[in-house]
Amino acid sequence: MSWLAAHREVVLALVIALMVAAIGAYAPAFVEGTSLLGVLDDTALLFMLALGQMVVILTRGIDLSMAANLALTGMLVALVGQHGPDLPALAYIVLAILIGLGFGLGNGVLIGGLGIPPIVVTLGTLSIFRGMIVVIGGGDQVNASEMGRTFQAFPHKALLGLSSVFWIALAVAILMQLFLSRTRTGRGIYAVGGNPTAARYCGLVLERYQVLVYAIAGGIAGLSGYLWVARYGVAYSEIASGFELTIIASCVIGGVSIGGGVGTVPGTLLGALFIGVIVNALPTMQVSPFWQMAISGAAILAAVIINARAEAHPDKLILPEARRAAAGARG
Amino acid sequence: MPDSPRYTVADRPPFRLADLLLRWESILVVLLALVFAVNAWATPWFLDIYNLADATYNFSEKAIIALAMALLILTREIDLSVAAIVALAALGVGAAGALGQPTPVLVLTGLGIGLLCGLCNGVLVTRFGVHSIVITIGTMSLYRGIAQVSLGDQALTAFPQPFLDLQQTYFLADPPTPLSFVLFLALAVVFGIVLHLTATGRRLFAIGANPVAARFSGIRVDRIRFLLFTVSGLMAGLAGVLLTARIGVVRPNIALGWELDVVTMVILGGVAISGGIGSIPGVVLAVLVLGFATFGLTLLNVPGIVINVLLGCLLIGSIALPILIRRAMRRRRST
Repeated sequence: MSWLAAHREVVLALVIALMVAAIGAYAPAFVEGTSLLGVLDDTALLFMLALGQMVVILTRGIDLSMAANLALTGMLVALVGQHGPDLPALAYIVLAILIGLGFGLGNGVLIGGLGIPPIVVTLGTLSIFRGMIVVIGGGDQVNASEMGRTFQAFPHKALLGLSSVFWIALAVAILMQLFLSRTRTGRGIYAVGGNPTAARYCGLVLERYQVLVYAIAGGIAGLSGYLWVARYGVAYSEIASGFELTIIASCVIGGVSIGGGVGTVPGTLLGALFIGVIVNALPTMQVSPFWQMAISGAAILAAVIINARAEAHPDKLILPEARRAAAGARG
Repeated sequence: MPDSPRYTVADRPPFRLADLLLRWESILVVLLALVFAVNAWATPWFLDIYNLADATYNFSEKAIIALAMALLILTREIDLSVAAIVALAALGVGAAGALGQPTPVLVLTGLGIGLLCGLCNGVLVTRFGVHSIVITIGTMSLYRGIAQVSLGDQALTAFPQPFLDLQQTYFLADPPTPLSFVLFLALAVVFGIVLHLTATGRRLFAIGANPVAARFSGIRVDRIRFLLFTVSGLMAGLAGVLLTARIGVVRPNIALGWELDVVTMVILGGVAISGGIGSIPGVVLAVLVLGFATFGLTLLNVPGIVINVLLGCLLIGSIALPILIRRAMRRRRST
């Protein structure tokens, strides 16, 4: 069981590989190269969003407003695309990140600055963002034909058989990994989530990290907002409705602990991939898409139960040397 | 006097008017009065007794769930699967209706499914020691998924007339009162008595304030948690029955997103998400504030999604404002 705890990502990867093999045996079309790459493409947005959510959960928080932020930012950049001149794609990307970052910063200030519980703030901003889409867009939707050519073309650009959305997600994942493992601030996020009191005595202030992580989650949500709207060619108020819980589910399946301080980039990516494989496999297996929700629910519960057992040992060691020493002493 | 006690140990803090006025419930009473005053001024139809009675239809079912949710949040738990339980219970009611069962069977089916789902949540939360937010996100997908799988894109619409009459006619004719509102008020009294006047209620506060200390004081924390999740499921089942009787049609997306509405009611009611603080009168007042504010805005032709913006602002503002006021007061005292 301690091996399970130390190699959770490996176990999850094996489970996904087994799942893909089983699906392939049943529906060979699913394991053809293009189809598997399609899964990565399709899950790319979930990869990014789950990483943003992970950083928040690491600090014992939760961001329920990510999907609403995505939809609102998507609507705003779509309106810019509709009414403004044709800008280069990079301009839309920067704009979307900034808008999303602004909304995330709002969450962060309310949570870190005023000390309101994260679930309360993001529940409120979830309603506010969703409603603002209608207020700003006047209840209309922006269609693909109105968005502008460069606006729409970017997510469909492909490199090595994968769309630009996937490569952006990959870049976000690499940056996130470097940030969390190689920078002082990144390690600080684990520290304030693992034990806020101890972190405070080390001079790490939870509230400052809260402002930072909600801003990061917001920026990622904003970026995904542009990519989502441009990829699917429509912006309206119900985009990604209910997706906030899929994002959180990816983190939970990926082994991110809601209690804070525990979670890795590879684990979260695998958690998102797990959901992505299920979502994409059902149609190829000619199973009703209505099964998707029930299966991901069962998967969440299974992951939680396995993680609960793996986490049963009480000490939580973050230094690799100490962890190895402890494992040696036990084994 | 040689034998006078050195300290006086009072049973309760001394009564001060300022404390009473600054209580969360008092603020909510003011808010409710404000909602009524503004709405009565803005539209002539708001104070119509039949309009007010019909307005209660729209929030009573959620409010019934909010009572159980208040107890859960008070003890540092949360149940995000309630809306999915409503859907599953409604599905059961609809299926029983399609089989031509009589009204009592329909009601019992709904309550039974709710109870079972709640039991299941309770077992998972107490057995595996994982925070309930994670468990209930999982069971939410599972329950809603089961409803989707069994119903697909179909709808169930066959119900006996007496069942529909439960919610489509007034329970009391004069004053006109819907059954769901009567049940909500009755249950609020029961929940209020249990929480504020019994030893079990004190135990809930103790668990919310410090679950570990509560366990060491001999409170069976996990048993109480288990019971609370069961009650929450049962209330969601009841809401499912009432909702089905009211709208007379069951689809798998019934009650979608209700969990967040219910949590909003509870938080606005002054129940602290960190546990140990809250009251049933507060939750009842918050339900009325939210319900009648929504109704008034609807009468003014404000679109539903814009109402959501205002309710979101109300939620954050009502929590943020006391914090800001307290900070300002502290700053003035320190200078």
